[in-house]
Amino acid sequence: MTAPLRAALFHRPAELDEALRLLAAHPEAVPVAGGTDLMVAVNYRHTRPAAMLDLTRLAELREWSDEGDAIRIGSGVPYTRIIAELATVLPGLAAAARTVGSPQIRNRGTLGGNLATASPAGDGHPPLLATGADIEIASTAGTRTVPVTAFFTGPKRSVLAPGELITAVTVPKAAGPQQFLKVGTRNAMVIAVCSLAVALDRDARRLGTGIGSAGPTPLTAPDADLIELPWNRPDLFNDALAAEFGRRVAAAARPIDDVRGTAAYRRHALAVCAARALRRVWTAAHGTESTR
Amino acid sequence: MPDALNEPTGRAATTASTPGERTPDERTSPSPAPTGPVPVAPAASAGLETAVPAGPVPAAPAASHAAPEFPTPPTRAAGGVGTPHLPGGVGSSPTRPDAEAKVNGTFDYASDLDFPGMLWGHTLRSPHPSARLRAIDTTTARAMPGVAAVLTAADVPGKLHYGLIEADQPVLALDQVNYEGEPVAIIAAETLDLARRAAELIDVDYDILEPACDPEEAVAAGNWFRCQPVRLGDPDAQTPAAVVTRDYVVGMQDQAPLGPESGAALPTGDGGIELYVATQWVHSDLEQIAPCLGLEPDRIHMAIAGIGGAFGAREDLSVQVHMAMLALATGRPVKMMYDRAESFVGHVHRHPARMRYEHAADADGKLLYVKARIVLDGGAYASTTEAVVGNAASLAVGPYEVEHVSIDAWGARTNNPPCGAMRGFGGVQTCFAYESQMDALAEVLGLDPLEFRRRNAVAQGSKLITGQIVDAYDPARADGGTPFSPLADMLGRFKDMPVPAVPTGRDIVELPGGTGNTTHGEGVRRGVGYGVGLKNVCYSEGFDDYSTAGIRLELVDGQTVAYVRTAAAEVGQGHWSLQAQIVRTELGADRVELLPNDTKAGSAGSSSASRQSYMTGGAVKAACEAVRELMRGHDLADGPIEATRVFRHRATKPMDPVTGQGESHVQLALCVHRATVDVDVELGLVKVVDLTCVQDVGKIMNPVALEGQIHGGSAQGLGLAVMEEMITAQGRVKNASFTDYLIPTILDMPPMRLRIVENADPEAPYGLRGAGEPPTLSSTPAIVAAIRDATGLALTQIPVRPEHLTAHFGRQP
Ligand SMILES: Cc1cc2nc3c(=O)[nH]c(=O)nc-3n(C[C@H](O)[C@H](O)[C@H](O)COP(=O)(O)OP(=O)(O)OC[C@H]3O[C@@H](n4cnc5c(N)ncnc54)[C@H](O)[C@@H]3O)c2cc1C
Repeated sequence: MTAPLRAALFHRPAELDEALRLLAAHPEAVPVAGGTDLMVAVNYRHTRPAAMLDLTRLAELREWSDEGDAIRIGSGVPYTRIIAELATVLPGLAAAARTVGSPQIRNRGTLGGNLATASPAGDGHPPLLATGADIEIASTAGTRTVPVTAFFTGPKRSVLAPGELITAVTVPKAAGPQQFLKVGTRNAMVIAVCSLAVALDRDARRLGTGIGSAGPTPLTAPDADLIELPWNRPDLFNDALAAEFGRRVAAAARPIDDVRGTAAYRRHALAVCAARALRRVWTAAHGTESTR
Repeated sequence: MPDALNEPTGRAATTASTPGERTPDERTSPSPAPTGPVPVAPAASAGLETAVPAGPVPAAPAASHAAPEFPTPPTRAAGGVGTPHLPGGVGSSPTRPDAEAKVNGTFDYASDLDFPGMLWGHTLRSPHPSARLRAIDTTTARAMPGVAAVLTAADVPGKLHYGLIEADQPVLALDQVNYEGEPVAIIAAETLDLARRAAELIDVDYDILEPACDPEEAVAAGNWFRCQPVRLGDPDAQTPAAVVTRDYVVGMQDQAPLGPESGAALPTGDGGIELYVATQWVHSDLEQIAPCLGLEPDRIHMAIAGIGGAFGAREDLSVQVHMAMLALATGRPVKMMYDRAESFVGHVHRHPARMRYEHAADADGKLLYVKARIVLDGGAYASTTEAVVGNAASLAVGPYEVEHVSIDAWGARTNNPPCGAMRGFGGVQTCFAYESQMDALAEVLGLDPLEFRRRNAVAQGSKLITGQIVDAYDPARADGGTPFSPLADMLGRFKDMPVPAVPTGRDIVELPGGTGNTTHGEGVRRGVGYGVGLKNVCYSEGFDDYSTAGIRLELVDGQTVAYVRTAAAEVGQGHWSLQAQIVRTELGADRVELLPNDTKAGSAGSSSASRQSYMTGGAVKAACEAVRELMRGHDLADGPIEATRVFRHRATKPMDPVTGQGESHVQLALCVHRATVDVDVELGLVKVVDLTCVQDVGKIMNPVALEGQIHGGSAQGLGLAVMEEMITAQGRVKNASFTDYLIPTILDMPPMRLRIVENADPEAPYGLRGAGEPPTLSSTPAIVAAIRDATGLALTQIPVRPEHLTAHFGRQP
């Protein structure tokens, strides 16, 4: 062929160290895990990688381990395995994983890819925010850990620097019921119009929230987390409390109007979802239907 | 010359011909050299590759593989699948010839075309909805290694414009672009990626203009393709008991065929060209392409390549002229294939509509008058807007009797994406409006919506608003003294199909929001609604609509084999199967072989307007009957028998330009839907839990294919009801991808209950009625009516979006 085709280099390291060295030596190489974000961008010609670094052969990234009070999930563990293997210990994350794309996407897509893409609509993010997960990032210079709350810096932007790979995400084990709700205009296979994760820690008497698709980055709702709940008299939980929680979550959102929905709808839907989520986790935690 | 062997009614004008003789109707292909069919996707079949030009230049001339008109053994039908060797006549559901290949992934779609030495074509499109072209500089792009050609309007060999009805669309932009995505230049290169890169190097100097995007303003400024009034009686002189006036908005729906626009062009080496393309009407393509290429039509051979869905999107030209120009310029085969984003701007869409309707009734619940103002946005070029406006106007009140009517329908010209054919073709927009009006008026009158419709339903002998008499039913049939009303009959059939009960212990996937886990039952309310649709079948308004079929019956190894030759497009509807079924029924042949669908056959007309079973089915039937006649006293052992027949439906008339009166339609088809929905009224999310459908198809030709048509049509109507919309802002499309242009998934589409009615049309082959479009009309209003029932909201805009259902909650902090 006469054409000057710059055949894209496809690196296939077998070890993490090798991968990091390759990445340092070839800063133009784009890591690829499941490819479910990257290849869409390539097909749409939003990006044209000169080289790729395949992460799928790195066994270290494709394992998860029990760290006592947390689970360390390799960045290359696909959603299908999170659903099948971690639903009991990480119910919020597993619930979010269930809503990602279709079975094919869940078989290939990874948490590492979701985080690196850093879309405000990434479904993996709200449960990580609600539970206070840590992101482990490695480069030839070493390894650093970033709390997920500090990871996202803007729409599709994160603290991830050139030459760095996400190696793992450490998620505290559930200490109570968790919920993930995702609003979309289709009943499956849809990018979130907005989403919400809520985690209840019964022992620490703490609430955690994560908001998706309603701001430039995935968000937390600190003011909502501080809502006073009737821990000593669970039956005093009522609709007014749920609604107040909904209002606070909606207030924490910073949504915009776009083709998927209006800002006003997103706030409204978040309020509804938050009230429902809180009622569900509260009821599940205390085993009783509370007063309405 | 009329032939006594044809349609029993004698209305079908047909022409007898000896083998090889052309009928006088083959307007588009005068004196074709008798050349053999070329396999559509030869790469997949080694045995057939020799029939295709092998090298870049020069291609083998068409005459070099001359073969008899009906070769033995036959080559394969489009898509590279074998032809059916299956039992099963009319009324059965034999396995489709393309079924296995489509299921196991070996079907050759047009996007799989591959020829040795092939270049890839690509289109540079305008990023602006309205701009003057000051200059185009292609120097850098041309100089790029691997680029074989860069062409602009200056390189168009023939006529500069084409179009389905009016030739107003530039092959490549001349001095102005009028919509976002309008083709400006075309490139051929060694790879698709190179062609795309070269496109980025073309320097276009645009003088950007303010786009005109408001169809109402366009109408006010006289900027429209057609205005069609309908006037009947005197609406203003009536004194109604109830009046309902509402404004309706319909968004821009896209056909979203899964197969992108694709095809390949091969120069024949003697200045001619062969085209393989996924198209709905190969002869109409040829008629438009030839003048633009400056070629006589007989220098162009066109064959239909494997089609991955159409729904109207493949009526207008897309890649055809462009790839032919590139192939002629380079002397090499050129393939073009749009990607998903390009596909969304590379074909026309369903017209968005704004409609004001006023319906009035008397105290007895009889419609007194209907006034309507219908503005369809045709976008930048004519496409089929003219015909769509005709349908919108003539079908504007649906299948109801009303004596006083004042309708004005416009097709506006704007800088929005061009709109044209999509399943339902002008019947969909008004159906949403008139069915919403029927419900609203029934409510004001305190009548049950079905009862109100029954009281106003057309019957045999009724007049439509165009003056057309409903005559498509057995004239002897009557219901206790009153003329037979198919619609009243259909409405009555819901009685023994009760609305499904709400099950207990539902999984989240059965609830609105589905896998999103948004409700476990919180906020969910059920609603039920009905919708009725009336669709014309075949081409209307005086169009010379016909189809051609040739049959050759031959003894091969002791078996009778029937070879069938038509140019009809198999778009997924099952038409190949249907042809074979008809031949089996009419001739009882041991084997039926379908020959390639190409321009060597006479025109079959378009696979649209629900017409192909009627028209090409009719032509195949007529040809079989002719063969049967020729068989009398003939022994097949002495030689094969051939007959070609042209089939026409009865003539129609244009609508009067002032009153809209005229017998403009051929056949009318009815469909009724009942939708049951669960709505999360707090989140505004909808789950359609049941669609029950009663459709009159005249005659069930193939039960499985028919169900497929009704399921698919209903799903497309569901899409328009709750999710499908091309969103534009100032002429720019905002969601040209399947990420944000949502089409229903299997979780959105409920199981359907079907009740098929067979009220034969005495005019039509086997009594059949076109079935593909009617369900697309009626499912949308039924679903919206059900959502209204669940929410109590007026809902005058589709698709219904979650924010429409929750706006009344007021803004949150
Ligand atoms: C049809 C479809 C449906 C989808 N539906 C959803 C959905 O419902 N919800 C949702 O959230 N997403 C959805 N997605 C997006 C996508 O599947 C997810 O974001 C997925 O998690 C991406 O993971 P991946 O492994 O495929 O990433 P890749 O595509 O391989 O990579 C994405 C980006 O991350 C970088 N990257 C990957 N791994 C690492 C790493 N370990 N370290 C550093 N950088 C890395 C890559 O360089 C690239 O820039 C969908 C995608 C498709 C095609």
